[in-house]
Amino acid sequence: MLKAVILIGGPLKGTRFRPLSLDIPKPLFPVAGLPMIQHHIEACVKIPNLKEILVLGYYPASELAQFVTDMVNEYKVNIRYLQEFTALGTAGGLYHFRDQIRSGNPEAFFVLNGDVCADFPLVEMLDFHKEKKGSSLVTIMTTEATRQQSMHYGCIVQDRDTSEVTHYVEKPSTFVSTLINCGVYICSIEIFQTFAAVFNMRQQEYYNDAGGNGNGKEAAVIYLETDVLMPLAGTGCVFALQTSNWWSQLKTAGSAIYANRHYLALYHSWHTDRLARGDLTAEEGKEKSCNIIGDVYIHPTATVHNTATLGPNVSIEAGAVIGPGVRVRESIVLSGAIVSDHSLVLHSIVGRGSHVGQWARVEGTPCDPNPNKPFAKMENPSLFNSDGRLNPSITILGCNVTVPSEVILLNSIVLPHKELTRSFKNEIIL
Amino acid sequence: MCGTDSKFGEMKALILVGGYGTRLRPLTLSRPKPLVEFANKPMLLHQMEALVKAGVTQIVLAVSYRAEQMEQELSDEAKKLGVSLLFSHETEPLGTAGPLALAKDILGASDEAFFVLNSDIICEFPFKDLVAFHQSHGQEGTIVVTKVEEPSKYGVVVYGEQGRIQSFIEKPQEFVSNKINAGMYILSPSVLRRIQLRPTSIEKEVFPDMAREGQLYAMELQGFWMDVGQPRDFLTGMCLYLTSLRQNNAAALHLGPGIVGNVLVDPTAKIGQGCRIGPNVTVGPGVVIEDGVCVKRSTLLRGATVRSHSWLDGCIIGWRSVVGQWVRMENTTVLGEDVIVKDEIYINGGQVLPHKSIAASVPEPQIIM
Repeated sequence: MLKAVILIGGPLKGTRFRPLSLDIPKPLFPVAGLPMIQHHIEACVKIPNLKEILVLGYYPASELAQFVTDMVNEYKVNIRYLQEFTALGTAGGLYHFRDQIRSGNPEAFFVLNGDVCADFPLVEMLDFHKEKKGSSLVTIMTTEATRQQSMHYGCIVQDRDTSEVTHYVEKPSTFVSTLINCGVYICSIEIFQTFAAVFNMRQQEYYNDAGGNGNGKEAAVIYLETDVLMPLAGTGCVFALQTSNWWSQLKTAGSAIYANRHYLALYHSWHTDRLARGDLTAEEGKEKSCNIIGDVYIHPTATVHNTATLGPNVSIEAGAVIGPGVRVRESIVLSGAIVSDHSLVLHSIVGRGSHVGQWARVEGTPCDPNPNKPFAKMENPSLFNSDGRLNPSITILGCNVTVPSEVILLNSIVLPHKELTRSFKNEIIL
Repeated sequence: MCGTDSKFGEMKALILVGGYGTRLRPLTLSRPKPLVEFANKPMLLHQMEALVKAGVTQIVLAVSYRAEQMEQELSDEAKKLGVSLLFSHETEPLGTAGPLALAKDILGASDEAFFVLNSDIICEFPFKDLVAFHQSHGQEGTIVVTKVEEPSKYGVVVYGEQGRIQSFIEKPQEFVSNKINAGMYILSPSVLRRIQLRPTSIEKEVFPDMAREGQLYAMELQGFWMDVGQPRDFLTGMCLYLTSLRQNNAAALHLGPGIVGNVLVDPTAKIGQGCRIGPNVTVGPGVVIEDGVCVKRSTLLRGATVRSHSWLDGCIIGWRSVVGQWVRMENTTVLGEDVIVKDEIYINGGQVLPHKSIAASVPEPQIIM
């Protein structure tokens, strides 16, 4: 049997996702109608013989409890949240909860970073890993990046014939390889011996250092990338499976819009029921639907006026209200938000319980990967450029923000509970 | 000169139409400025009507550019008004006084005083009062003056209690007066002796001498006044004009669901459901405003279309232009003739030249060639 572990980190992580992560743990931020890591769970439950999904992080358990209950009810699979006492690193947490992972004797387990989004090729990875049985401790999902962007990721050099990873380096300062680590792995259960060796070595270093302050690191912190994969590369037990499936990191709020679009597109192949239909007429027993362009998700409890036009690539969350004549494109409207008559929302995220007045314009600038460059990834730029000016970004309304009628909000980020009284352009509104 | 059929004893007027109207571009790239509709009527027609009401029977238009189009369109209007319209063509720009010399034969044909107007001004034209005042002081000239808030931007007029002008001061640093030349005069034919046929400024080269000789008087204008020669002032002038219309001829203003404040709508225009139009909007003939549109402080010229859910504030929409759905335009955006603005575009202070299609937003003020 198999298990999967989803690494979600904790409140200290995901700060680039603010202000959206101020009122909800980032892993639960909804993309294409589902909390971010529910997409991971959906990928996992499709694997035959997968018996348990462990969500691992250091968020307070109370913040994940409801989600875990919902998931168990929805997918009828064992799902548990394992809370680290502190940030233990990507492998430190796995090692700390080794007994939980090993219980029931799984032959292998998946490890998925919570902050990536993808059309996860988990079944392919499993088949590949089985093929290498006996020799492979870890199989890494990889994808191709541009030469320039590859240096922001873990870079992999692979033997072309055997797919063995012959060299691994994390975020190199010079170009090494265009093949990058996607943060998705399948590990044989024997990997724990390697974790143990690293752990024991760390302990020794910690106690040998008389002052006890060591190098300032928590002794139990182990990073999968630098502490495990780098030393193992070239020893014949790490393999890489390259995929051409869609994959992206989900670091900034801007990437949520990008991820939303791709997850919606994936619904075409296996969840068309989640895509809104624009062709429903009154005769079909329902009210006439609004105008739908391209891929749109509308939560069943959301109210969308039939003169509104949504899409492409729009998600409307639970209880949101979209008024008459409203236009929403390339955006996410979170639960309980209200967009009033004739307003326009473009490349934006409207926060939970926010209210946009009439004839308002809420517009951001997309930061999609360069479509003209093959293998280009999301840039995840920092908020400010080198001149200290705000980089154009999507527009984000934190929760419970009020946007008055007839104003424009362009490339701006509004922190929660703010009542705006005028137009803003290229500003962060505290 | 084209024709002289002046009748003795009837009043005459000269309107200084002048040049290219560059300040009102991109509108004046398609139509001469005097024909650009202000409050649904060619700018010049406001002046012509007021002159006719005051008893003027002969109007001379001093033009130097695109006279043919004006002649065609204005001759019909002149016929309706029962006024004879003469075009005085300048072969070179003659300033504000030179055209009077060019039209000397007409203006000087009788002893009767004549009016001179700048063509860009809009106000409640006080021509009858002006005649009476001019006759009462009996000197050569009277100029209409109007009060402004910031006189240091203009040349101001200093005059005594009876209105006799003492001096003109260009852009005064210290406050001396808040009255400026409103661009309307009544002059006795004797003034023509002072002007030669060459480029001359009436304000700088003729009036100061007359003032020194005690021949020039000022009459204060009541009500609003605006030089509408550029887009921002055109819109401000429209607001003032509609306010004055509310007081003088409220029936001309539009009433109906979604109409807010002073709004002028041509009977052939169509306005959709759920719109909010006004305050201070002029909707020209054949204009189509679709459902759910909000328009404030704007002029929509003949044949323009605004598609549903758009929002316009401080705009002049050129003839036959089409504004798409969910468009936002503001901050003195001017669309020339036959411009197309695609759906969901934002234009902030854009000046768009005629026959242009706009497919990308213009977030900062600029001219779109």
